[in-house]
Amino acid sequence: MKNNLHKLTLKKALAQIQSGETTAKKIYADCFSQIEAGNKDLNVFLSTNSPTSMKQFENPETTLQNCPIAVKDNICIENEVTTAASTVLEDYKPAYSATLIDNLKLHGGAVIGKTNLDAWAHGSSTETSQFGRTLNPRNPKYLPGGSSGGSAAAVAADMCTAAIGTETAGSIRQPASWCGVVGLKPTYGRVSRYGVIAMASSTDSPGPITKTVEDAAIMLACLAGHDSKDGTTTNQAVPDYVSLLQKSISGLKIGIMYQDIPGLKIANPYVLAAAKVLESLGAKVELVNALDPKYAVSVYTIVQRAEVSSNLARFDGIRFGNDRSYFGDEARRRILLGTHTLRKGYAEKYYQVAQKTRTLFIEDFSRLFSSYDVLISPTSPSFAEPIGASEDSVMFGELADMLLEPSSIAGLPGISVPCFHDEKTNLYLGLNIMAPAWREDLVLQVAHAYEINTDWNSWRKDNND
Amino acid sequence: MTNQKYQLVCGMEVHAELKTNSKMFCGCKNDPFHAEKPNIYTCPVCLGLPGALPVANKQAIEWTIKLGLALGCKINLFSKFDRKHYFYPDLPKGYQISQYDLPFCYDGKIETELGTVRIHRIHLEEDTGKLLHKTVNGEQVSLIDFNRSSVPLIEIVTEPDITTAAHAAAYGKQLRKILQYLDIANCDMEQGGMRLEANVSLRPVGETELPNYKTEIKNINSFRFLEQAIDFEIDRQAELLANNQIVSQETRGWNSVKQVTYSQRSKEDAEDYRYFPDPDIPPIRFTEEQIAAIRETIPELPSAIATRWQQEYGIEPNMIEQIIVNTTVSRQYDKLFTNAKNEGISVASLLKNILSKKVPSPLEAGAEQTLLQFKELQKTDVVDDTQLIAIVNKVLTENPDISAKYFSGQKQVIGFVMGQILRELPKKSDPAQVREAIITQLEATK
Repeated sequence: MKNNLHKLTLKKALAQIQSGETTAKKIYADCFSQIEAGNKDLNVFLSTNSPTSMKQFENPETTLQNCPIAVKDNICIENEVTTAASTVLEDYKPAYSATLIDNLKLHGGAVIGKTNLDAWAHGSSTETSQFGRTLNPRNPKYLPGGSSGGSAAAVAADMCTAAIGTETAGSIRQPASWCGVVGLKPTYGRVSRYGVIAMASSTDSPGPITKTVEDAAIMLACLAGHDSKDGTTTNQAVPDYVSLLQKSISGLKIGIMYQDIPGLKIANPYVLAAAKVLESLGAKVELVNALDPKYAVSVYTIVQRAEVSSNLARFDGIRFGNDRSYFGDEARRRILLGTHTLRKGYAEKYYQVAQKTRTLFIEDFSRLFSSYDVLISPTSPSFAEPIGASEDSVMFGELADMLLEPSSIAGLPGISVPCFHDEKTNLYLGLNIMAPAWREDLVLQVAHAYEINTDWNSWRKDNND
Repeated sequence: MTNQKYQLVCGMEVHAELKTNSKMFCGCKNDPFHAEKPNIYTCPVCLGLPGALPVANKQAIEWTIKLGLALGCKINLFSKFDRKHYFYPDLPKGYQISQYDLPFCYDGKIETELGTVRIHRIHLEEDTGKLLHKTVNGEQVSLIDFNRSSVPLIEIVTEPDITTAAHAAAYGKQLRKILQYLDIANCDMEQGGMRLEANVSLRPVGETELPNYKTEIKNINSFRFLEQAIDFEIDRQAELLANNQIVSQETRGWNSVKQVTYSQRSKEDAEDYRYFPDPDIPPIRFTEEQIAAIRETIPELPSAIATRWQQEYGIEPNMIEQIIVNTTVSRQYDKLFTNAKNEGISVASLLKNILSKKVPSPLEAGAEQTLLQFKELQKTDVVDDTQLIAIVNKVLTENPDISAKYFSGQKQVIGFVMGQILRELPKKSDPAQVREAIITQLEATK
């Protein structure tokens, strides 16, 4: 009997388990039947763990109480196939689990399956996956975005209670925006990268993709913190994100970015509308001038390809996986470009200039954050693109993520929350909210206030008390 | 070996594995030479598995700086690790974590008895795994042992100050001694714990410009081979130059059986390692206070100890050379020497007896035992004078020609007489006492 338990938000699920109204086992079963019903068409999961494979469901002492969590397939789980959506690793079983998986399990998260992504997280469509593209559950004629497209789609399709993605520049927030869900990219170093197959090491940030902002706060609290195995994590205290959500946003100063950037005619009006909502809640909103994000696209393209060319060097087929002939076109393009920009005589022209320009972006954000508590912008210039769209342009991902790349190269936290729903196409737009480093609490607080005072979140009707 | 027309221009690059407890970027045990089996000291990090991340070993960094300070280097208070890319099966990540433009230490020097050698830089990196080419079930296979993968490795690069093959060896020996005194590296050369590389070129005598080429002699594992290889290169290159031929830019190896260097790899196309800062490891910052604290840990170094012993005890440098091993050994000798001096015993004579193995070294027996045995050795039995004179007279009577020889100036006959007499006396009779008795008796017969 179907109880529609798959539709529960994480918060609601935890409350119902706690009260005895339902059990994690039943929620897991309902989510799993969603997968069984939809995965064949949508291609969201690359591998799954059936309810019968779960050893035990009673875990009442933990935060997540064995709720089903979907995990992007570039995150290593010991002895479970982890492919990064590339045939290079089609049968690769890691010898160890990522720190964030250890943390997730410690807090009672039950991994329901591994989700599809752009191969090696290279892309913003999931179309570069060597195991086939994922379709957007909101409208299967459209792409879910990427690279964490599988995780965003899993949440949108109620195939899990919450999910984990990774973002290098947009890979959590952009698919969250396109799938009409919440995606939180933490500060670089907030969540351990140990065991996450590296894409661009200087910006990779794992984080939650959820149904609501509150769910994102619950998930982040389970994942965040110092890891002795990742030298880029810090001893920064992890605040109580969930209780901080309730803080009023009255008096906060909010800067609206990118209203002057051409090509944002679709998204920008909804950001202004969102600003009005925030203003009505007592925030002070203002338009701000920022460095043109087109330069961030250049910086990011060069730095990320350089790091990719280095990070993919270990896939030589000697110790594990298949040899380098298995790399897809996108990975080859990135290896070639990155190798070129690091060459003697070229590194000075490309890589080093990019790193200097990156510093300009960091400084520009410091300047803005000296006057504003948070900054808002569209997550993506537009709605989800139709399937096949990424095949037309090798710069597809960079253009889709243009507005997120500045904050990513600066290592800042940001969240995407739905800020418009097109009834005709059933597609969404996202609002991107950013804060200074380590201030996920602020990002969550503003996003939560916005979410509960608008009707864009598709789970609100089902989950409201 | 000298050459009339050309002079040697030589700089060295020495790699040494640090003897930290754990590896450079992971917690695995750092003991590649004593591992019972291949690949037992490995983890996702040193195997280069997807997703694994390096975390730098603090001890290794501090030891590198300690060496730098001991060699009078300047220290970069801001430093970082870089990725050096190349493909090789023993390099699991496809890059080696090394240091490119900001090494921990630079601009130092080492004094040798054959001249000063300036240190260009000292940087820290990780060692690679080891390839084993074997036949398994009749099939030729290449295997990889990752026990050595990511063991901390320091590279010490000199300026081209080395003028002879012997100078190169002296530099290498002195460097090894310093590493051993600092107690940061075992420098087991046979196992590859210390590896020597010499960059060799020649220029006409009298010129000061650096030659426009160099050959690298790589992976030499003994100082003797180093000298032989450099001498061979001097002759080989001199002959080429004398015949107006070009010496090619290349890497050469030393074949110790055939006693020749041989070409391994051409360097005409300079390799491009595509260095860039490793994003996994945050830059490293030191304060002057931290550097001062590291400086405090440096023990007295070999050259200082040698000077002190020479001045304080009058020991000859070539004897000191033989007991300069490491700090522990020097401390033992210091204790012994102090005790000996307090008892009015000649330290030089004591050491001579230790080196000739007449008494055990303080390392074998302890300072107290060594001194006790030395004193035992020196002890003499006083012989009763009446008895001694009786024996002397007996011998002189039995050999009447002795007196004549003696007075004709053949003083060496005393030696013959002494031999005869000592045979009849207890073992540890004092030769001086015997000698005196003989002369007295001879003079009396005059």
